Amino acid sequence: MSSKVALTGNEALAQAMRQINPDVVAAYPITPQTAMVQTFSQFVADGEVDTEYVTVESEHSAMSATVGASAAGARAMTATAANGLALMWEVLYIASGTRLPIVMPVVNRALSGPINIHCDHSDAMGARDSGWIQLYAENAQEAYDNAIQALRISEHKDVMLPTMVNLDGFITSHAVESLEILADSDVKEFIGEYKAEHHLLDSKNPIAVGPLDLQDFYFEHKMQQSIAMENSKEVILEVAKEYKELSGREYEFFEEYKLDDAEIGIVALNSTAGTAKGAVDNLREQGVKAGLLKIRVYRPFPGEEIAEVLKSLKAVAVLDRAESFSTNGGPVFGDIRSILYNIKADVEVVNYIYGLGGRDIKVGEIESVYRDLEEIIDSGNVKNRVSHLGVRE
Amino acid sequence: MKLKEAAKTKERLTGGHRLCSGCGAGTATNLIMRASKNPAVVGCATGCLEVSTTIYPFTAWEDSFIHNAFENVAATISGVEAAYRSLVKQGKMDEEFDFIAFGGDGGTYDIGFQSLSGAMERGHNMVYICYDNGAYMNTGIQRSSATPKGANTTTSPAGKVIPGKQQYKKELTDIMVAHNIPYVAQASLFKPQDLLRKAQKAFETKGPAFINVIATCPRGWRSRAEKGIELTKVAADTCAWPLFEVEEGKWKLNYKPKKKKPIEEWLRQQGRFKHLFKKGNEHLIEEIQEHTDQRWEYLLEMCEKD
Amino acid sequence: MIKPGDGYKSIPKGGLILEGGNAKRYNTGGWRTKKPVLDKDRCINCHLCWAFCPDVSILSKDGVVSDQIDYDHCKGCGICANECPVNAIEMVKE
Repeated sequence: MSSKVALTGNEALAQAMRQINPDVVAAYPITPQTAMVQTFSQFVADGEVDTEYVTVESEHSAMSATVGASAAGARAMTATAANGLALMWEVLYIASGTRLPIVMPVVNRALSGPINIHCDHSDAMGARDSGWIQLYAENAQEAYDNAIQALRISEHKDVMLPTMVNLDGFITSHAVESLEILADSDVKEFIGEYKAEHHLLDSKNPIAVGPLDLQDFYFEHKMQQSIAMENSKEVILEVAKEYKELSGREYEFFEEYKLDDAEIGIVALNSTAGTAKGAVDNLREQGVKAGLLKIRVYRPFPGEEIAEVLKSLKAVAVLDRAESFSTNGGPVFGDIRSILYNIKADVEVVNYIYGLGGRDIKVGEIESVYRDLEEIIDSGNVKNRVSHLGVRE
Repeated sequence: MKLKEAAKTKERLTGGHRLCSGCGAGTATNLIMRASKNPAVVGCATGCLEVSTTIYPFTAWEDSFIHNAFENVAATISGVEAAYRSLVKQGKMDEEFDFIAFGGDGGTYDIGFQSLSGAMERGHNMVYICYDNGAYMNTGIQRSSATPKGANTTTSPAGKVIPGKQQYKKELTDIMVAHNIPYVAQASLFKPQDLLRKAQKAFETKGPAFINVIATCPRGWRSRAEKGIELTKVAADTCAWPLFEVEEGKWKLNYKPKKKKPIEEWLRQQGRFKHLFKKGNEHLIEEIQEHTDQRWEYLLEMCEKD
Repeated sequence: MIKPGDGYKSIPKGGLILEGGNAKRYNTGGWRTKKPVLDKDRCINCHLCWAFCPDVSILSKDGVVSDQIDYDHCKGCGICANECPVNAIEMVKE
């Protein structure tokens, strides 16, 4: 039996971790993730999980110990945010390159400097090419559901890649929401036992992990990784289908909100999608054909599928909660424009970088973005390809 | 353990590794691994030993091996050991294992220092071996905090104004003692029985153990390959690398030279100290002698006290 | 065993090596310019050469040092000859 509970995003994720019952968690506290690992360590202290909790001295060691545990055949997790993720950088690539199915909640927060503890996506966006699957969530419910599904996706034999479960710092991690969590036994059954094909603690079949892989084989191993990422697409959908049977909640690569007959649309990730839905509703009342595409799976990037949906629109605005400093717009913008170019779609695409360092994004601001799109259609001109929304001059 | 008996143990590091000819790390690793009585999981920090023993698709390790990165072997083995404990607790595993981390001085004294300190503090049941060859030899002889004062390295070159490395080496073994872990030792290659005994003791220790073993690097020391072991004896006889162990806080000296030799004998046999013998640099050798004496006196005092 | 030229479809994932100690099959003997030769008549079986060899190339069987040196792996560093207390090992030009 699932139960309706009022939890913060951090608490919801800690509950997911309790239900997953990983063999090892190695984690380090960082705002705004702290409450998650704090809550989880209480579960450890109370004997509610079998987990060995390794209280590492840094995020670098958190990811390093998680890699060690996972290579030893354990189900291993960690969680982090912002600078913590940045400190893990090197080891993120080692985790994915070694094909370890680690699941890690990332509570999205701005990277320093200057130091800031609030939400943006500069942390996860920087890690978008690290070979990790990246799932994004509008709210605590989705973050919880993504965490449970992530285990199955990562551990699938055709995938064997780590997954980041992203949620917005403070906005989702600290706000109390009403959500449904599954019964412990249902989660246990859904994720099943993890049996690593090869691991360090098999004394009869010793292995070497992480050898020096030179010009002769490194490329082949990277190719395997690339194929695994491609394979993950089908697995993500299969797992979502099974999860729907269990939970009643439906997940795909992305959510289409009032896009069927839309002429203008916004692409957004995480909690901003919720705000954008408010804007769409308001505009729809005024007869504006506005819609929203909320990306859930950003890595692998479901490019063809997204293009198929967006191609019928007249103008699209991509909201990026991260600056890439390329002077050509944010990371999501680059991906969206590129896939539309592939199919030669006749859609104007513009970019808004917003919400850096936790700057609020309001319904009215998002409505103004839709108004800009209308103007682009009317005038046939794009005044600003890339804008910064909500910043003072 | 008598060497004759040690030779009956199973070979755990095979030939076919690609360490340089005469590399002390090969000797140290072979002996240390033979002191382990259980199947092991070996971790290696990035460095000479790592790149030379596991060049894909070959491994010179008979046991399971993991290399993660340069600065995180202690954290990596922490994770492996935590996984083991978890599986034992859950009744999924009942075999005994040894958990071993190897790091060079760069990977231990410098970049891996935090990870090592954390792992020791947390009390993982693991043995950390530092093979100290006194510089970043794998990248081409750059100075580390283990490089002896005066040594000519590629980043502390002996130039017209600066005569090699300006600082004394960090006393890492003492810092490990300060972690209050059950067993810490400093060992050398010229005393293989002592090294075997220490490794055995480290493996038998419940909790973390740390061994710092001097490992000759003919390339970096600018010494002859065949002198690899002899030089470690000179290091002990001049007190440049004393042999001692600290068990449950008790210090014990393991080798007292019959007659303490002047530090010059240690310096003179290595090309990296050649410039110290130029006219006008006499004071540098005197300073190094003085520092070595002070360190030796300190060790004697610590060991006599206990 | 993974062979040179194998493609990504056949090799294990993630760079794993699925057997222990296979470096034995890699020959480093070619690095040598001089090879150690052990004179069994002089040998006192102290095993120092066995202990010191960085390349695990001095072999011992049933507690006896063998004069069958592992020339597939010996790199000819000369440590064994240098350390032998009775000069039973000689380095001979290849």
